[in-house]
Amino acid sequence: MLMMPKPDQSVLARRSEIAAALRGIVAGEGVIDTATQMRVYESDGLTAYKQLPMLVVLPETTAQVSQILKYANANGIKIVPRGAGTSLSGGALPLEDGILLGLAKFNRILDIDFENRCVVVQPGVTNLGITKAVEQKGFYYAPDPSSQIACTIGGNVAENSGGVHCLKYGLTANNVLGIEMVLITGEIIRLGGKHLDSEGYDLLGLMTGSEGLLGVVTEVTVRILQKPETARAVLVGFPSSEDAGQCVADIISAGIIPGGMEMMDRPAIHAVEEFVHADYPLNVEALLIVELDGPQIEVDSLIERVSSIAQKNKSKTLRVSNSEAERILFWAGRKAAFPAVGRISPDYMCMDGTIPRKKLPEVLAGMARLSQKYDLRVANVFHAGDGNLHPLILFDANEEGQLDRAEKFGADILRLCVKVGGVLTGEHGVGVEKRDLMPEMFSQIDLDQQLRLKCAFDGQGLLNPGKVFPTLHSCAEMGRMHVRGGKLAHPEIPRF
Amino acid sequence: MNHKPTTEIELAQLVAEASQPFEIIGTGTKRGLGRPLHDLEILDLAKFSVINAYEPEELILDVGAGAKLSAIEKLISAQGQYLAFEPPDYSRLLGSKHSGTMGGLLACNLSGPRRIKMGAARDHVLGLNAVSGRGEIFKAGARVVKNVTGYDVPKLMAGSYGTLTAFTSVIFKVLPRPETEETLMVVGLDDHAAVSEMSLAMQSSAEVSGAAHIPNLGTFLRLEGIAPSVTYRRDTLVRLLGGKIDILKNRDSQIQWKNIRDVMPLADGPERMVWKISVTPAMAPAVIAKLKSQFEFRYYFDWAGGLIWLDVATEESTRIRAAIGSGHATLMRAPDQMRSTLDIFQPQEAALAALSARVKTSFDPRALFNPGRMYKGV
Repeated sequence: MLMMPKPDQSVLARRSEIAAALRGIVAGEGVIDTATQMRVYESDGLTAYKQLPMLVVLPETTAQVSQILKYANANGIKIVPRGAGTSLSGGALPLEDGILLGLAKFNRILDIDFENRCVVVQPGVTNLGITKAVEQKGFYYAPDPSSQIACTIGGNVAENSGGVHCLKYGLTANNVLGIEMVLITGEIIRLGGKHLDSEGYDLLGLMTGSEGLLGVVTEVTVRILQKPETARAVLVGFPSSEDAGQCVADIISAGIIPGGMEMMDRPAIHAVEEFVHADYPLNVEALLIVELDGPQIEVDSLIERVSSIAQKNKSKTLRVSNSEAERILFWAGRKAAFPAVGRISPDYMCMDGTIPRKKLPEVLAGMARLSQKYDLRVANVFHAGDGNLHPLILFDANEEGQLDRAEKFGADILRLCVKVGGVLTGEHGVGVEKRDLMPEMFSQIDLDQQLRLKCAFDGQGLLNPGKVFPTLHSCAEMGRMHVRGGKLAHPEIPRF
Repeated sequence: MNHKPTTEIELAQLVAEASQPFEIIGTGTKRGLGRPLHDLEILDLAKFSVINAYEPEELILDVGAGAKLSAIEKLISAQGQYLAFEPPDYSRLLGSKHSGTMGGLLACNLSGPRRIKMGAARDHVLGLNAVSGRGEIFKAGARVVKNVTGYDVPKLMAGSYGTLTAFTSVIFKVLPRPETEETLMVVGLDDHAAVSEMSLAMQSSAEVSGAAHIPNLGTFLRLEGIAPSVTYRRDTLVRLLGGKIDILKNRDSQIQWKNIRDVMPLADGPERMVWKISVTPAMAPAVIAKLKSQFEFRYYFDWAGGLIWLDVATEESTRIRAAIGSGHATLMRAPDQMRSTLDIFQPQEAALAALSARVKTSFDPRALFNPGRMYKGV
């Protein structure tokens, strides 16, 4: 059972007063206070958890965001920022006594600058919206989370989103040049811009992936790239996951970083083949899609090298795409993996750990044991190039105890990832989903250091509390100094 | 007093019991960067130089912060890999003995010409172990290339100039080194024409991995990859750009880019002040034109115009910063006296400066590490 911070009754008692204050900042329909209208905000992509917020506010300008945060800070009211609400880790789960700050109205593209290869957008613009705005000149925005038609760039910054192509082209953090953000005090700061490297502490890097706990992003500058001239894919079936894993290692050892490199295990292959008929081989234990992109001559040459590496690793089947239609067909199955699994099971839970790739066989074997222990099926899709594993746990929430078992199964998988040297989340974020597992990866000292950073941004802990960190000490507690011999060094330095 | 701890525990104890601040060094090659620190006890981390793990197939490298960059480059080069952000060697510029350590590389967030394609040190750091100003040993990040668990503390350490924590080990992503390279050299372009040509090349699908312009010498565009691809992209670019273009191959190309990377065009004349100026690429010619009307200087462009290297005989920080608009100017080399009085880094707005100070305090509440190295009090 997920424990969220205890609602502050004194805040709830002031609800109508708070709504009136917000209406003073955002006029008209920008403040929502009826349960019916707030219902759409009660959860994000992690639908197992639902909570109506106290109020919803939809500002349209940075000045309004600044006033809202300043008001919240002055009155001790919690804030949960939200983009499109596609988070798979519950990052935008509302709080009963919190204001949900929706940024959907920040939906304008402010500046398309081909000369400097960048675009300035408001945070509510969708990931794909950026590509759509620049593709007439052959450009695109590289990070491509699978929710890219819906997810917003502001959410991408909050979660440091990845995607199939991030092995070669980087995560959000590597493609964002600058942001404008509002601190909980209402102060507006700009980090980076159209130039490279923001000087001073890399607060831009810190903000990216901070899951809405440090500030609210109100403008984003991203770099755009010219699309590769062509792309081709190889679809390879292997008799074992060990062989497939070794093939991936050998491709990288040969100096090849493919545009995409995806693996599926047997249950995943069967689920998707039944669903989309991509003509996947069914007699293999692991299927690998390797996509090469770039100039035709480079792609053709690398396709040959990859094919020969695959053959050396005992591939059972090997097909090379000979047309764009065929390449898309190869991907159709992988891209439909989640709905395909959703078709064979009433519910599924998508996990997201990263492991050192060489540990894949060990982790898959461990997962098979856990699958027996919890009596639940699991299918695996895997961003094989960077070791990011997405086990899909199949269950039926209507069956007594299955949700609970699925959650325990998932937690055990993530513990296993950490045990072999990996991490709890590769791209979905900690949110509420993995919050209580943080001590598996970090010591209390590690976590306290991160919490102190939080205090540097948000001294009262009002921004998205209950996410990422399992326990929240007050910042005064966190700041307690170790005093040696009754004497504090440098008493002249102001501390809080 | 020079402290040279050999274990994390020893280091943590030293910091916990300290009553005076330290200047942190690896091998001291970058002491000329940032504001000078005077008469502090030295915290020397050179003993943290072991290779904890190098796994070429996993693309990860975990090494002691005091490990020498040159030794690491040799190690990974033997496996056909490299640090893709092209770490520079500022030893000539700064008058130091060698290119320094891995910890120093991260602390200064350095990168070379390939920054425009592959990012800076901050884009390749995956994790670290460190001792905070509380004397606590902590870790952040991990030995995997894709990780969003908790705050990206490793990135925050990039460019922190040793003011937050003392690193003991750093984890970097490594990548396969391109098999071959070629450079197009266009002669006779002025600043405006050079920046437009570089922008044109950067907007193409040629995957340019270096774009620099040295006045009166040439405009350089680097292509890297497998040979047939480099040849094809070179031919495409030659057609796109037109005009007279020379081709530098292999070693000639490498030497040219090493010179650009290491600021060799401005490395002579140690009495002159060297500025590193990051601007919107297309703005570079206008910035230079504005400055030319005010004083004499030498300069060249890297990062397709986004980076201006400039050297000047007189103190011109106010005029330089007034000319750049959005971006920042860092004083990379100057006599000690001047480094104590000038703003080495671009002055920050009040809210950002206050936040930076709070971030500093969150790691180092007693201001033990390099106090004042970046800004007064930070």
